[in-house]
Amino acid sequence: MLDSITSLDLLGADILTTLLFLPSLGALLLLAVPAEAKQAIRAMGLLFSGATLLVSAKIALRFDPATPGISGFRVDYPWMESLGIRYQLGIDGFALSLVVLTTLLTFCVLLVAAGQDLQRFKGYVVSFLILETGMLGSLVALDTILFYVFWEVMLVPMYFIIGIWGGKRRIYAAMKFFLFTLVGSLLMFIAILFLAIQHQKTTGILSFSLLDWMNAAKSNAWALTPGMEALVFGAFALAFLVKVPLWPLHTWLPDAHVEAPTGGSVILAGVLLKLGTYGLMRFALPLFPNATMKFTPLIVGLALVGVVYGAWVAAAQKDMKKLVAYSSVSHLALVVLGIFAGNAEAAAGAIYQMIGHGLTTGLLFMLVGVLYDRRHTREMADYGGVARQVPVTTTLFVIATLGSIGLPGLNGFIGEFLILAGVFKVNVVWCAIAATGMILSAIYMLTLIQKVFWGPVTQPVNNGLTDINIWEFLGAMPLVAGIVILGVYPGPVLDLLKPSITFVLEAARLHP
Amino acid sequence: MPFPVSDLILIVPELFLTAVALGLLIYATVVSREKEGAIAWMALAALVLTGVLLFVPFSSVTSLPQIGFAGMFAVDKFSLFFKILILAAAAVTILFSLRFIGSSPYPGGEYYCLILLTTVGMLFMVSGVHLVSIYIALELMALSQYVLAGYFKQETKSIEAAAKYFVLGAFSSGVLLYGLSLVYGAARTLTLTGVAQALAASPKAPLFILGIILVACGLFFKIASAPFHVWAPDVYEGAPTPIAAFFAVGPKLAAYAIFARIFYSGFGPGSADWTVIVAASAALTMVVGNVGALMQENVKRLLGYSSIGHAGYALMGFLGYGTDFGLPALMIYLASYALMTLGAFGLVVMLETKGYAGESVDDFNGLARKNPTAAAAMLVFLLSLTGIPPTVGFIGKYYLFTSAMKAGWFWLALLGVLMSAVSLFYYFRIVRAMYLVDGEGELRWKEEPAVSAAVIACLAGTLLFGILPQPLVSWAKACLLN
Repeated sequence: MLDSITSLDLLGADILTTLLFLPSLGALLLLAVPAEAKQAIRAMGLLFSGATLLVSAKIALRFDPATPGISGFRVDYPWMESLGIRYQLGIDGFALSLVVLTTLLTFCVLLVAAGQDLQRFKGYVVSFLILETGMLGSLVALDTILFYVFWEVMLVPMYFIIGIWGGKRRIYAAMKFFLFTLVGSLLMFIAILFLAIQHQKTTGILSFSLLDWMNAAKSNAWALTPGMEALVFGAFALAFLVKVPLWPLHTWLPDAHVEAPTGGSVILAGVLLKLGTYGLMRFALPLFPNATMKFTPLIVGLALVGVVYGAWVAAAQKDMKKLVAYSSVSHLALVVLGIFAGNAEAAAGAIYQMIGHGLTTGLLFMLVGVLYDRRHTREMADYGGVARQVPVTTTLFVIATLGSIGLPGLNGFIGEFLILAGVFKVNVVWCAIAATGMILSAIYMLTLIQKVFWGPVTQPVNNGLTDINIWEFLGAMPLVAGIVILGVYPGPVLDLLKPSITFVLEAARLHP
Repeated sequence: MPFPVSDLILIVPELFLTAVALGLLIYATVVSREKEGAIAWMALAALVLTGVLLFVPFSSVTSLPQIGFAGMFAVDKFSLFFKILILAAAAVTILFSLRFIGSSPYPGGEYYCLILLTTVGMLFMVSGVHLVSIYIALELMALSQYVLAGYFKQETKSIEAAAKYFVLGAFSSGVLLYGLSLVYGAARTLTLTGVAQALAASPKAPLFILGIILVACGLFFKIASAPFHVWAPDVYEGAPTPIAAFFAVGPKLAAYAIFARIFYSGFGPGSADWTVIVAASAALTMVVGNVGALMQENVKRLLGYSSIGHAGYALMGFLGYGTDFGLPALMIYLASYALMTLGAFGLVVMLETKGYAGESVDDFNGLARKNPTAAAAMLVFLLSLTGIPPTVGFIGKYYLFTSAMKAGWFWLALLGVLMSAVSLFYYFRIVRAMYLVDGEGELRWKEEPAVSAAVIACLAGTLLFGILPQPLVSWAKACLLN
């Protein structure tokens, strides 16, 4: 069944190209659909994001975890020939796990959107489909310029998603998001050009391929002086850490999250932030092992501050979305800590946590959106005791919360445990500080649940609150399933990630 | 200076265009106001035919370069590259002008003839390999430009633009001419190859250095780079919008072409010290243009400042002198700049109903709802101007930054990307107006087939060369100076 649906390879294209451009094709076709035909737009959006999800599922089934390096389903064509820029794609277990997360979340977001009454619905769907191409492209591109192109392609649809369908301060938030990420990525662009020039000068080969560069880095064939390496690493790290976002680069995130519509928040927290940590592991660490070593204390220090700061600030929030946004700052800082701890457990935990956080936080934002759509407020004080009115929402919210705070049996536990175990081996103090963040997360999340769902109904207006509708339920269920499955049966995913982690750590000269 | 009559064949396209321009000027005096549209179409046809003629006199373009008129005029691939772009820019300008001029109270006949004469000047400029022929061609272009800037003679702003342009333009021509005369004094020859030889023999002669500085200053005026840029926003704002579009592209292309020719063929081999002046101006220009644009409410002024910023980026191309990236970077960038700038101006033209109505950023409010296609086109042009992939503006910047870095100007490339981030801020004010703000009242929007066609052509180029830049790159690389 799966094979028969996804075997319709576009124009004979390979499977990664199909994956990448299926959403854009949908967006392109949607342009021909009149804006009033909401049913047709909904169907098209679900069809194309669903097909993309199936293609990614097919890739996951076909992928052999033993594939060395980043060579799964490798595609390699010249693109801008005279410049040495290639259309080079490839996948490994790490990228694959995030690809599936991306296609799943996009599909779920469009499912939820199907039940929402959105203005300019066509533009909404088109934005998400283009965004999906950008996200997937960033994950599978092996040529750094190609990566950069997809990386930038993500910005524009997200700008519109926040700016058009967002809240009161949407224009400010959208611009802030765009500017912060653009400054980071432009510096990375200069670093990419610099590396290509340096690579050509020293090895005689004009190439932007990550794989060639990794070879150069391995033997230091491109003769980077420590100063140069530090600068270039700094540019890459800045681009990615803004996206993560690591304290103190995080200020755009609460604004963007609070103002973004539900779908925007889900994708932002679920995928876009992960692309920052993905970039660190894919580019920054393997390409600049010496600089990584040098900068580790600084970044770990910032991450530790971020873990505690994010949790601390989250605990003080009255707005549910802001609370979840700051909890993301805290959780992602933990992921960064796991990456820079430099051992296999912590790295595996970091990746596991990336996926897990994508599911739990995605679900949390989705459910906050459910409440917001009905009451048009995100203040916790405006709710209270709504569990009786919205039992299904409450149940799902509790599952997401428990997943997020790391209850054993749900996904968060595995990721956090692995990170802390790995960090413990390196430095007990780091581990202790990071663990406080976990404790705080339990406090603020459970407080949120208590204030919003438990107890007597404090506001009469909430008596009429309607529960989650079918579209929202359909959109939430896959995430719930993912949270549970990843919690009780982590083996296959960890096996999938293992070769990638070894590959990254070896390249970064950190012994796994 | 004697020259064989057969040399005339080299300037057949230019002669043809001059003849048409003069013929139309006479015709314009007898034709009635209603039938002036025909003049525009004839002018357009003349531009297309000139483009065809560029390739006719030679059995094949491989027989290039050919130099005639006692070393004053060269037909080489470099000049052909620029001539094609210039003719296209002029043709687009005419398409922009059809209704704009037709519905204005001003006669159209001379208008189109002046565009053609400006174009003739530019065509001669890019073929000039002799200090005097370059200068004379430049004056032909500039004098026609002054008149065009003040074409709406009842409008104070238009007159002001023309007056400013004339005074500053004349002054800069004087500076340029003085510089050229000093170079002549030192080199005792006016041909660029002769200058190059003389400069190689005595690279540190004070007369040369002063001459080079003055020539650079004169040319900085023409491409509107800091600190000689102040005229540009006023002129763009005051001139009729199609003319502003034309000024932002055509004369700049020609000025860059002679800049490249004089500095690469003339001053290049002997002494490369001039890169310091160019780098300083590039840095200043990027900052002044991009920061200046932040404060503009008027779209034409905004695009004026943005074009100053782009002049700064483009100057980085000169710094790659001697690497395989400098000149191609400049040429690719100019082609991309022409596409996206003309496209953006085209949408401003459509937004205006007449004269000076409708040119503040707020006039774009709600365009995405009223006309999604136009808004999407404007979005692409603005993204391209910012340098975001997959648009041609990204390709252009890619080349320029690489060129600057290969030549060792890292800080300049860094400044360039930072200024790109700044430029996002003001370009996206227009995007915000189009998409995020709801328009109040009627949007003054006039759909027009001629303008639409031109905009679509620019849009196609912006996207196509953004995704598959190879043809543009190969073309530019095949047309380098030799």
